Amino acid sequence: MALSGLAIYKMLPQTNCKECGFPTCLAFAMKLAARQVELSACPYVSEETKAQLDSAAAPPIRLIALGRDSHKLEVGNETVIFRHEKTFYHQPGLFYRLSTALGDQEFSGLLDQIASYQVERVGVALRVDGVAIQDASGSAETFAKRVAQAAEKELALILISADPAVMEAGLKAVEGRAPLVYAATAENWEKMAALAHQYGAPLAVRGKDGDLEGLAALVQEITSKAKAEDLVLDPGTRGWADTLAAFTKIRRAAIKKNFRSLGYPVIAFPGEGAGADSLEMETMLAAQAIDKYGSLIVLDRFDKAALYSLLTLRQNIYTDPQKPIQVTPGLYEISSPNADSPLLVTTNFSLTYFSVAGEVEGSGRPAWLLVTDSEGMSVLTAWAAGKFDAERIAKAVRASGVTERIKHQKIVIPGFVASISGELEEELAGWEILVGPREAIGIPSFLRQMAA
Amino acid sequence: MSAAVPDVKEIWNGRIVEVTLGAGPDQGGTRRTTVTVGGQNTLPFLHFEGQMPHKPVVAVEVRDQAPDDWSELLVQAWGDVLSDPAAWAARAEELGAEVIALSLDSAHPERGDTGAKEARSTVRRVLEATGIPLIVYGPGQPDKDNEVLVAAAEEAAGERIALGNCEEKNYRTIVAAALANDQLVIAKTPIDVNLAKQLNVLIGDMRLSRDHIIMDPTTGALGYGLEYTYSVMERVRLAALSGDAALQQPMIVTAGYEAWRAKETRTGEGVPAEWGDWRTRSLLWEANTAVTLLETGADIVVLRHPDVIPLVKQAIEGLMQDSPVA
Repeated sequence: MALSGLAIYKMLPQTNCKECGFPTCLAFAMKLAARQVELSACPYVSEETKAQLDSAAAPPIRLIALGRDSHKLEVGNETVIFRHEKTFYHQPGLFYRLSTALGDQEFSGLLDQIASYQVERVGVALRVDGVAIQDASGSAETFAKRVAQAAEKELALILISADPAVMEAGLKAVEGRAPLVYAATAENWEKMAALAHQYGAPLAVRGKDGDLEGLAALVQEITSKAKAEDLVLDPGTRGWADTLAAFTKIRRAAIKKNFRSLGYPVIAFPGEGAGADSLEMETMLAAQAIDKYGSLIVLDRFDKAALYSLLTLRQNIYTDPQKPIQVTPGLYEISSPNADSPLLVTTNFSLTYFSVAGEVEGSGRPAWLLVTDSEGMSVLTAWAAGKFDAERIAKAVRASGVTERIKHQKIVIPGFVASISGELEEELAGWEILVGPREAIGIPSFLRQMAA
Repeated sequence: MSAAVPDVKEIWNGRIVEVTLGAGPDQGGTRRTTVTVGGQNTLPFLHFEGQMPHKPVVAVEVRDQAPDDWSELLVQAWGDVLSDPAAWAARAEELGAEVIALSLDSAHPERGDTGAKEARSTVRRVLEATGIPLIVYGPGQPDKDNEVLVAAAEEAAGERIALGNCEEKNYRTIVAAALANDQLVIAKTPIDVNLAKQLNVLIGDMRLSRDHIIMDPTTGALGYGLEYTYSVMERVRLAALSGDAALQQPMIVTAGYEAWRAKETRTGEGVPAEWGDWRTRSLLWEANTAVTLLETGADIVVLRHPDVIPLVKQAIEGLMQDSPVA
């Protein structure tokens, strides 16, 4: 837990010299606690206090970067347990594991498919973040070759080998690329940590079967003796409940207890899960990792359909609940409407838009959907806030150019704002205002009745 | 090697109410199996922290007439049974359903306008064809819901079925029918913690006991508002565990209904190649919607596709395994 303002105040000079720009040391301490000001603004703070406050101000889960430049992936730095408390910041990286046991053709084919996969959803391009190269043979030469091949793509990299010699060959092949070294264990950590340090690469630390005491001890060894700081944790769990428990404990220890030794991003291998003997089970375990605290997710079965469902889930869960995705205001054509098709109006809150558009589409009846700029609020909220009133709707109708595309002058408003129909009639002279259903689910039958 | 790791167990004051669906012969019903959900005093599946005495269960949606707007994938998977609710329910039970969620769709004024008589007959036939507990949904139109749900409650007297949806606009009639026939209700509210709480209070004011209420906080599909549902359910469950008695009801989610409304499941053609195989995508759309909702506290998951039933049950089994180490 970060320090409170009062705790920080006790460490300050308490002279109220005002040189920091605040009237009192207490006021400055409060700003520090809120992380709105830098400690360096105080010229008189002691070195000891500096060290203490710096460590308290460090994020509870370290930000780790894999790769550089255009293929850089950052994970960690989360600050909450539940997304509604604030938001989740760094969506988990999705990786596919490619084994050195694959033949040339198969390896290149899969690598190409993974690297070129891109799909758009709600206006955002979704991609795979990287590949993990698995050493299957113990051959340093083969490993280095495959790693170098993967490095030609715009992808973040994870290198997987238990053999430090093989690992080094891989790291050498992609110097400066900062791949994740997987993994340091109780047996090999000294060598692996030295390699990670030497090549400026982040290091995964692997524990056993969810034994977090052992994992934390290993982390402490590595951070104190090997000076490796950019770590990723693998608690060693692979199933449903054990993984959920381990990931939850790690997240809570880091955020609620500010426990440094577990304050790192977490990696999941859903394809190794007990019972993950099918694409479906692997994908569902990966869904759990997205929902619950996974930061890097390494998949074994490349399948576009499964990937698309995971990319969509990741986009959902990592949407900032404080700033819901909005759709662009404007006129939307649903199922190719013509000049006689009905005109409906709603707000630009994404869920509202998708509900309404989905129901209109599902009804099988073409329609024009006018989406007003309600600053991302739903119908009732926007109406209450004055962002979805007669004036705004009339303005949106005129700005949309819909009058040139339809022959009628009828507009359907959501049932929840039936009370504005009088005002809207005044704003839109000559138009007929129809009151639609309150919930989107009522749209198909409403449209049916309208047509009858 | 071992380091002291801080204890991160939360102490919760609240516990979810245990609700039993279905009644066997010794309780005045005819069910071969009954289902109890709830009873947990921890967040979902955190066995290190508290008890989760009952696993979440899978209900399967059955309609009283063949759906005319279902994805071709569902139509093919179920085949002929779609036109016979009793055969459909029996098939669902064979495939692993633990509860039947029967929708009296034909009672809708625009989809058949059938009445109490037909509702009674369908409920009777489905009860006779299966040995598992039953949920009965009205067509979602308040007047008709009242008519057919009252009939269903009477017809299934003693069976401890659940009546849905019981919403703010119609809860009085449905709660009265539940009270008169010792049935349960499904209290449905639109994705909002306070509305959910308010409806539970209103139902409680009518003296329906808490072990007769299941709440439906309203589900969104993957890609279509799932995150809202997710966070509202987390907030509902956190409030319940923190001691808010008005939110301590088990939750039911309609993952199948929502997932199969999405374009991703309805459409196999004219979609981006990156969406992949239609069937795989659709099954995972439903399964991942279900998994995500289970992680937030769903106690009953209503599914649609037969092949998703074993997937979700396998996930639940994995989630219920209390690992000694972690």
